[in-house]
Amino acid sequence: MSKVKVATVWLDGCSGCHMSFLDMDERLVELATKVDIVYSPLVDPKNFPDMVDVTLVEGAVSSTDDFNKILKIREHTKILVSLGDCAVTSNVPCMRNVYSVEEVLDRAYVQNAAVGKKPPTKIVPKLFDKVRPVHEVVKVDVFVPGCPPSADTIHFVLTELIAGRIPDTNAITRFGA
Amino acid sequence: MSPMTAQVVTLKIDGQDVSAHENDSILTAAREHGVFIPTLCNLDGLTTLGACRLCLVEMAGSPKLLPACTTKVSEGMEVVTSSERIAKYRRMVIELLFAEGNHICAVCVSNGHCELQSMAQTVGMTHVSVPYLYPKRTVDASHERFTVDHNRCILCMRCVRVCDEIEGAHTWDVMGRGTAAKVITDMNQPWGTSDTCTSCGKCVHVCPTGSLFEKTASVSEMLKRRHFLPYLTMMREEVE
Repeated sequence: MSKVKVATVWLDGCSGCHMSFLDMDERLVELATKVDIVYSPLVDPKNFPDMVDVTLVEGAVSSTDDFNKILKIREHTKILVSLGDCAVTSNVPCMRNVYSVEEVLDRAYVQNAAVGKKPPTKIVPKLFDKVRPVHEVVKVDVFVPGCPPSADTIHFVLTELIAGRIPDTNAITRFGA
Repeated sequence: MSPMTAQVVTLKIDGQDVSAHENDSILTAAREHGVFIPTLCNLDGLTTLGACRLCLVEMAGSPKLLPACTTKVSEGMEVVTSSERIAKYRRMVIELLFAEGNHICAVCVSNGHCELQSMAQTVGMTHVSVPYLYPKRTVDASHERFTVDHNRCILCMRCVRVCDEIEGAHTWDVMGRGTAAKVITDMNQPWGTSDTCTSCGKCVHVCPTGSLFEKTASVSEMLKRRHFLPYLTMMREEVE
């Protein structure tokens, strides 16, 4: 049996969902016999593959970079999973939505800066006016709330998907869990 | 409690024959017979309002869904409390509440003890399918002991009702319409400057979300104690 191709991606989030992924500990060894992690902040490849079976998306869509990434990922993914509250609800990143981008940048790069009091203009991707949950940008197939979802929850989601079932996580996780 | 003269009526709830006092609501009758109907604005010990629409039920002969809390039972009534249609509307009610405010469970004082949060799980809400509004709302921390965070308010009016009906102060009220509606203290002034507030804290403890909380509480720490309410109401009725 060929292995299931899995990708994970980190948009506007704190990486806590990826930490929770790693918290699966010894179960990762067992998963590795059934799954290939083909793209992730945790592995080397820099380009998203042609087609993957499952992509776990951590984080909300906040910038041009997030936007371009998620469009490409959707196009090359069979089952897209919104992993964690930032992806599902926009969570903490969306707390800036009541302010303008100028106000946010001013707060971060001028008011609270010790040196070089100026917002960056090069390399750093442009922020959108509003942070959005992933499903407001592309179609999402599975929603896994939690901040972060526990290692048990992520393990359940992956084993269900590997078995060809769409997981129902309502009983084991919730918003803010 | 219904008066002694109340008549008993019989009706059907989910196909089961039940009897109830004629003054009872569908919600009361259902609960007495162990039928669960979800609610948010309803609270034992306060008058019923019908604000949250979560308790909507189907009734034979009515094309509309009706709120179980404010609809009285009647003879021969046939009520259905759970169906695909009802489940859809209940999920929609919760999704709209999440979309209309700024509910960030992960950083909320009521995380893990919030009625809105647990109701999302109860009705099986996987995500909010309408666009979030991200309204610009305020936080008033001018009171010595309590804070009101309007971002988390779902306008259930429990605070307004408990302050008026139980404490008798009527510090809380509501102003504005639609998405601009908000709870206010006295003449829409900072809570700390209110002349009528007795600082009893009843509003804080009946609030279903983290909108009203004690200043000592950090994330997940605001435990609400509201079991006192039905006893308070009951004892007062017995004296009368």
